[in-house]
Amino acid sequence: MASRSNARPGLWSVRGPMSQRNYWLFAAIGLLVPLLAWWALASSGLMNKVFMPGPADVWARTLKWLNDDNLAGDTLISVYRVTAGWALSAVIALPLGLLIGSFRPVQALLEPLTDFIRYMPAVAFIPLVMLWVGIDESSKISIIFIGTFFQMVLMVAEDVRRVPAAQVEAAQTMGARRGEMLELVLLQSAKPALLDTMRITMGWAWTYLVVAEIVAANSGLGYAILRAQRYLQTDKIFAGIIIIGLIGLITDQLFRLAHRRAFPWMYRKS
Amino acid sequence: MDVSEIVTASAERLRPRADAAAKISMRGLSKTFGEGAGATVALDKVDLDIGEHSFVTLVGASGCGKSTLLRIIAGLEFHTGGEIVANGRPVTGPGADRAMVFQQYSLFPWMSVAQNIRFSRRLKANRGEFTSAEVEAASGRADTLLNLMGLQAAEKSFPNQLSGGMQQRVAIARALMPRPPILLMDEPFGALDAQTREVMHDLIQYVYHLEKTTIVFVTHDVEEAIYLGQRVVVMAPRPGRIDSIYEVPLPPQRDQDMKLAPEFIRLKREIVERIRETSGMKTDLELLEKLCGQLKA
Repeated sequence: MASRSNARPGLWSVRGPMSQRNYWLFAAIGLLVPLLAWWALASSGLMNKVFMPGPADVWARTLKWLNDDNLAGDTLISVYRVTAGWALSAVIALPLGLLIGSFRPVQALLEPLTDFIRYMPAVAFIPLVMLWVGIDESSKISIIFIGTFFQMVLMVAEDVRRVPAAQVEAAQTMGARRGEMLELVLLQSAKPALLDTMRITMGWAWTYLVVAEIVAANSGLGYAILRAQRYLQTDKIFAGIIIIGLIGLITDQLFRLAHRRAFPWMYRKS
Repeated sequence: MDVSEIVTASAERLRPRADAAAKISMRGLSKTFGEGAGATVALDKVDLDIGEHSFVTLVGASGCGKSTLLRIIAGLEFHTGGEIVANGRPVTGPGADRAMVFQQYSLFPWMSVAQNIRFSRRLKANRGEFTSAEVEAASGRADTLLNLMGLQAAEKSFPNQLSGGMQQRVAIARALMPRPPILLMDEPFGALDAQTREVMHDLIQYVYHLEKTTIVFVTHDVEEAIYLGQRVVVMAPRPGRIDSIYEVPLPPQRDQDMKLAPEFIRLKREIVERIRETSGMKTDLELLEKLCGQLKA
């Protein structure tokens, strides 16, 4: 048997190590292969261009949208709606989740109710929202809020509950009172998990955009996708979906960056 | 008042009361977890007095209630029967007069070592309970503790940058910060390797003599219990109770060589034997010996 002088775990060993270069190589493959497959499929002529526009068509449509049809305006209004709906739910979900995660009576009072509501489809609330809130901006924000809030509150509560008991008890034996417990221990300890929850729920908020822009909108990425459907502009549908995906990717990376900046102690190792 | 009430009332009067002179005193202390058929008795009528500036260690097989007993003293669990007095007051909840060191994960990972140690001071400062002289004294205290625990170099580090042994040094320093009259330790060195543990043993001995604290120390390691304790309380499971109490026949200042002294080894053997008997492990051993005998035959 030949012995290897510099034995290293192979690329395919379970949970094996991977160099930075290889990581980016594989990541590039993972992105490029679908893109090429798409391009090959579209240019093969096997499928009608109306059903499967190629990357070039989508790119051309994106440029046209940008120059003639106010892509920037659609993007801005959609970002505003998503962010507003998400921020509104965060403002309420954070304190409420902290209380649910800290006090058993609040948990018993609110968690079953929230669990119940979160299974209700946000789309089905549209008629009610139109009746109660009207058809202006706030109705779109409301739909995103309904889609995001109930999940968010439960996740926040779970983040707070996951604070190790030893940390809580240590603070108690140092004489921390109830308010200090919440402010100086539970909230501080849960913060990194909370920021992750905010990042994940931001992604969910975006998935409700198209639904929200069903409600009497005349601008926005979701609205543009819906209208493109009516005129069978599949290239525009592709463009809209990809733009939403890219915005999501960028926000996600910004959140991750913020996480590193806000909690340097998590990333520092001796 | 019917007869049963009179009987209960007189029994109440006859039962010895908690000894207020002791630092910690328990009388008929019981703890039941759960209710009805699923209830388990974690502690059954424990009587124990712990004097001022004494070092008491609690050992026993798992399920003997040693940790529960410690947590009741800390006020983190509530007893369901009997009474307990610590620092002259009945225990009704956790308080800064009874500091606790946990096995692990109790440090605040978002705070530096120095911030962790100063946490109790921060609580007081928050409430405006501090005069400026006290603030100065406290900051001197934090520095003293950093030095005492050999943590000067790690002052600005975060807990996840430290080894397990260093983390426990921080946990001990943090617990000692408000000068608690009672220090409770729940298997604080259980997760450390043997060499680090020996260093920590001498460190805690030093702290004990220097700070004049009363220490109650829970462990499953008999050698640790004897080496550290003046008194070793052996507990037994099902239901959790005190089985026996041993006075350690060693001088108050300990050193590692004493672990080789005949009286140390004799006591260790006796306590290990006792724990085996109370936990039902002895019967397993006898069974094993019998099987071995059969195999040889």
